Amino acid sequence: MNERLFRRESGRIVAALTRIFGPHNLALAEDVVQDAFCRALEVWKVRGIPDNPSAWLMATAKNRALDIMRRDRTARTFAPEIGRLLESDATLAPVIDEAFAPQAIRDEQLRMMFSCCHPLLPEEAQLALILNILCGFGASEIAGAFLTGRAAIEKRIARGKKVLARGKRLFDLGDAEFAARLATVARALYLLFNEGYHGASAESAVRVELCEEAMRLTALLREHPPAATPATSALAALMCLHVARLPARIDAAGDLSALVDQDRSRWDGRLVAEGLALLESSAAGQEVTPYHVEAAIAAVHAGARTVEDTDWPAIVSLYDRLMDVAPSPVVALNRAIAIGQRDGPDGGLAALHGIADRDRLSHYPFYPAALGELELRRGNREAARRHFRAAMDVARNGAERRFLEKRLQGC
Amino acid sequence: MREFVLLFRATEAAHREAMGTPARAQQSMQAWLAWMRELEAKGHVKNRGQPLERAGSVVRGKAKVVTDGPYVEAKDLVLGFCVIEARDLAQAVEAASGCPILEGEGSVEIRPVME
Repeated sequence: MNERLFRRESGRIVAALTRIFGPHNLALAEDVVQDAFCRALEVWKVRGIPDNPSAWLMATAKNRALDIMRRDRTARTFAPEIGRLLESDATLAPVIDEAFAPQAIRDEQLRMMFSCCHPLLPEEAQLALILNILCGFGASEIAGAFLTGRAAIEKRIARGKKVLARGKRLFDLGDAEFAARLATVARALYLLFNEGYHGASAESAVRVELCEEAMRLTALLREHPPAATPATSALAALMCLHVARLPARIDAAGDLSALVDQDRSRWDGRLVAEGLALLESSAAGQEVTPYHVEAAIAAVHAGARTVEDTDWPAIVSLYDRLMDVAPSPVVALNRAIAIGQRDGPDGGLAALHGIADRDRLSHYPFYPAALGELELRRGNREAARRHFRAAMDVARNGAERRFLEKRLQGC
Repeated sequence: MREFVLLFRATEAAHREAMGTPARAQQSMQAWLAWMRELEAKGHVKNRGQPLERAGSVVRGKAKVVTDGPYVEAKDLVLGFCVIEARDLAQAVEAASGCPILEGEGSVEIRPVME
């Protein structure tokens, strides 16, 4: 049995049911999912796992939905789009069958994704909603990944669901707002991926799943031609090129390994190739998004067999570009580190000290760690130790702390 | 070897709680499958039982009064059963004590089959 089975199917079944029930009946759809899971437990433990467990769950949910529609047809309002079709038994079953067809499920998942990125919702609520509805994560798992309290996440999800319900229907993929909303969706998936890749949570299992989910949902965008823009390809490229490095990011002892120390033979060649192909296809338009630039930086790294082999001047100029289109203290930090590689530690330190809003990095352990790294390269062991100690004070989890401790011991 | 019937009991709420989120559903399913495999590996399983619908009827008394399920309010609903073989009651109890239903507010009733 696939270890993601219930999570994945939950998102697909809820999407299919929302097409019939309408977004104001999300709780009912979730009940149906839970019913299907309960039946699965009773039946599978006696008769064994069926050959196609996801088809089994789908069929069970479909039957349950049919029962509910027959029973509640007059007492409840369902999706307005299909209202009349639900009135007779003859049209009821085909409508439900249609909602559970693979293409319909894909479309509904997309519409759900666009609805979750409603402009009235703050970004963190959009992410919590996507993770809950489309990815089947519970509030406590989401809270774990974001290092937030469970109650706060539950509130975000509840508020988000209220906004969804108010709409009575999910976002229409033919809507005039499509392009603007697509940008918000891409941004949410980018943040979701980053949370998995760089996030604060120590729970590595959940974090890898966040990356996987971000990639799965981005792939869903790419399957829908109007959403398969160059920016979407660039986003997919940057995800592939980063995930390709994951096998080397944790070393044999289970500790974090910095990009410059990674055993590059452990990078996933298939994902690198896929990422490079995606990056090439993203060059189709005129627009250069931050995703393009970030993917290009990852591509330069992917093409270098060693740290010395890396085209640092190219990386620095890409970071210059990124500072133009999407400036942030973290981008400035990475740019300074690249300058340190290109020009030596003095240049890197000057760039670090020149970061305009560097006080915003005061709780980000990799800023003092970068200072320590460069001081160490200058032979300034005492200063390096001081910076690594400062970094350890703001480390967010055990993996970061062990990583910094090793740096400190190397001084 | 003697035969024992295991009756799995829980409230509907506890049962739904065990399947409350996809992650919990996955865990519960895996725990049950692992426990069943373990019972089988130890040669206990005589009959895996049958999955039971919640909905049903109860006939009561001379007047044969029929009440219909589902019995969602029942304090300890029989959720299912299986038949195992064990040396004696103590060994049957030991086998039953690994049952995942005990992780929630459920119970397993162990009844020897008369010889």
